[in-house]
Amino acid sequence: MHRALSLIRRRAVSAVPVLLIVVIATFLMLEAAPGDAVDAYLLSAGGGDAALAATLRAQYGLDQSLLSRLFLYVAALGRLDLGWSVAFERPVLDLVRERLPATLLLMGSATALSFGLGSLLGVVAGSRPGSLRDRALSVGALTLYAVPGFWLGLVLVLVFAVALRWLPIAGLETIASGKHGLGRALDIARHLVLPVAALGFIYLALFLRVMRASMAEVWRQDFVLAARAKGLGRRRIVWRHVVRAALLPLVTVLGLQSAGMLGGSVVIESVFAIPGFGRLAQEAVAGRDAPLLIGIILTSAVLVILVNLLVDILYAFLDPRIGASEASA
Amino acid sequence: MSVLRRLLSSPTGAVGVALLAVIAVAALSAPWIAPGDPLRIAGPALLPPFTDPALPLGTDRLGRDVLAGLLHGARTSLIVGIAAAAAAIIVGSLVGTIAGFAGRLVDEALMRVVDAFQIVPGFLLALAFVSVAGGSLSTVILAIALSAWAQPARLVRAEVLSIRERDYVAAARVLGMHPVEIALKEILPNALPPVLALAAVIVAAAILTEAALSFLGLGDPNVVTWGSMISEGRNVLRAAPFLSVIPGIGLVATVLGVYLVSEAASEALGRGGRP
Repeated sequence: MHRALSLIRRRAVSAVPVLLIVVIATFLMLEAAPGDAVDAYLLSAGGGDAALAATLRAQYGLDQSLLSRLFLYVAALGRLDLGWSVAFERPVLDLVRERLPATLLLMGSATALSFGLGSLLGVVAGSRPGSLRDRALSVGALTLYAVPGFWLGLVLVLVFAVALRWLPIAGLETIASGKHGLGRALDIARHLVLPVAALGFIYLALFLRVMRASMAEVWRQDFVLAARAKGLGRRRIVWRHVVRAALLPLVTVLGLQSAGMLGGSVVIESVFAIPGFGRLAQEAVAGRDAPLLIGIILTSAVLVILVNLLVDILYAFLDPRIGASEASA
Repeated sequence: MSVLRRLLSSPTGAVGVALLAVIAVAALSAPWIAPGDPLRIAGPALLPPFTDPALPLGTDRLGRDVLAGLLHGARTSLIVGIAAAAAAIIVGSLVGTIAGFAGRLVDEALMRVVDAFQIVPGFLLALAFVSVAGGSLSTVILAIALSAWAQPARLVRAEVLSIRERDYVAAARVLGMHPVEIALKEILPNALPPVLALAAVIVAAAILTEAALSFLGLGDPNVVTWGSMISEGRNVLRAAPFLSVIPGIGLVATVLGVYLVSEAASEALGRGGRP
């Protein structure tokens, strides 16, 4: 436990400058945009005079200099205040907190699907390297990896929602269904099948390929030879020795793909009209809502850091050869 | 040239090269097979495929020729994919070389910036950039490059760190070469091969990112892209599913071609199975 704690402490310290760079870079990028949130608001409200614009700018602090606004923003961040969303007229933190659970559910389920099924198929492919089964699975995985997630989502909708009518087309749950508890959970699960499949299948291919390559590596090692020399059965060697050693690189991929999956969920949520974090990003873009967009980018950065921290802790516990000090390198 | 022959001798390589050749020919011949603006109205709306020989793949909701869109879309995909990957690799290589070659402080600062770009989901970054800079083809290319340069930077830095201690670099230093000359003439060329192995993956990712951006309506509205065609077809998904399915097949074929060639090439170059 002590190892994990010191890892967390060191990670927290090193995350601060990186997050600061993220904030400053995003801030400067959005500053370069022509027009600000007040312009967007006036446009959507059907116009207004210069006095109203000036009042609004003063109200949101948009009339101050760039440096002082950046400073104020960072100071507010220190108090966990992510600012005020102009498009939604609500605090950014509330919006993020409201939208994040749906996306975490989507990402978590998709990760479980891709990790579980992907590594299993990777074992099937990697247990006999070079066999027909191996080649077929590898090419299949590569093809799947080439499919854009949003297009896979649309094709799945066409087949399972439009043609077969097995699953709902979009949304996170049936609107005003009046369901509670288990019934509601089942309803949400039904709605999540297609988006989770669209997001998860792409990464399934990634895990399959990493598992397969990792197993091919392990097959060449001495302890596998020793297990063979002992006269162990092939099945036993595969599961007890090769798979166990080959799983470690997969855990690393789990952390590496988290940023990609978060980005992918933006598009998947748009395809399936899921009111999640990714949709929020798109709405922030549409509403020229700079504070919201910075808040979203910052939250996603923190999320990726947290996932990677979890993965490192997991890694340190899984691989006894590695102390936490090396795991963080 | 033996590498090319070995590339074509493996089934994956041959299929990959064939796929890319078809896409490249489609992209290059677009102005001759489907002359004029692919966004103009060419016939009745929602014409199904294989019914009119003049419009073999049918028309979309506004009566635009799907075949013309497909061919011109191939152009956009290839241009954006290659240009964004090239920009990302050039910037990444320069930053990586500087970080690996300059002193500790510069290295530390640059690597924190690389960290920052790697923890923000690349797609969100590209999304934000395009929304700020406006949807034109060049801003889309810049946005994708912005989200992709960190990985090659990290790779080049690691290579540079190992190369700078080699004897021939020490020899160049003894000869009195300027550090910038050493970095550009001696170190960078030798640090590049592993990055070029990564290039195919970056091109593929760039093509997919471009498609996703234009699917969300953030691309250049005056240019046909496969992503925008899929998004357009989505409005009539029930009545005319072919409008979304056809450009998607183009995307899969292109990205798969890039992956297959990259895999066959790394096998031919004896790098072994890279995941």
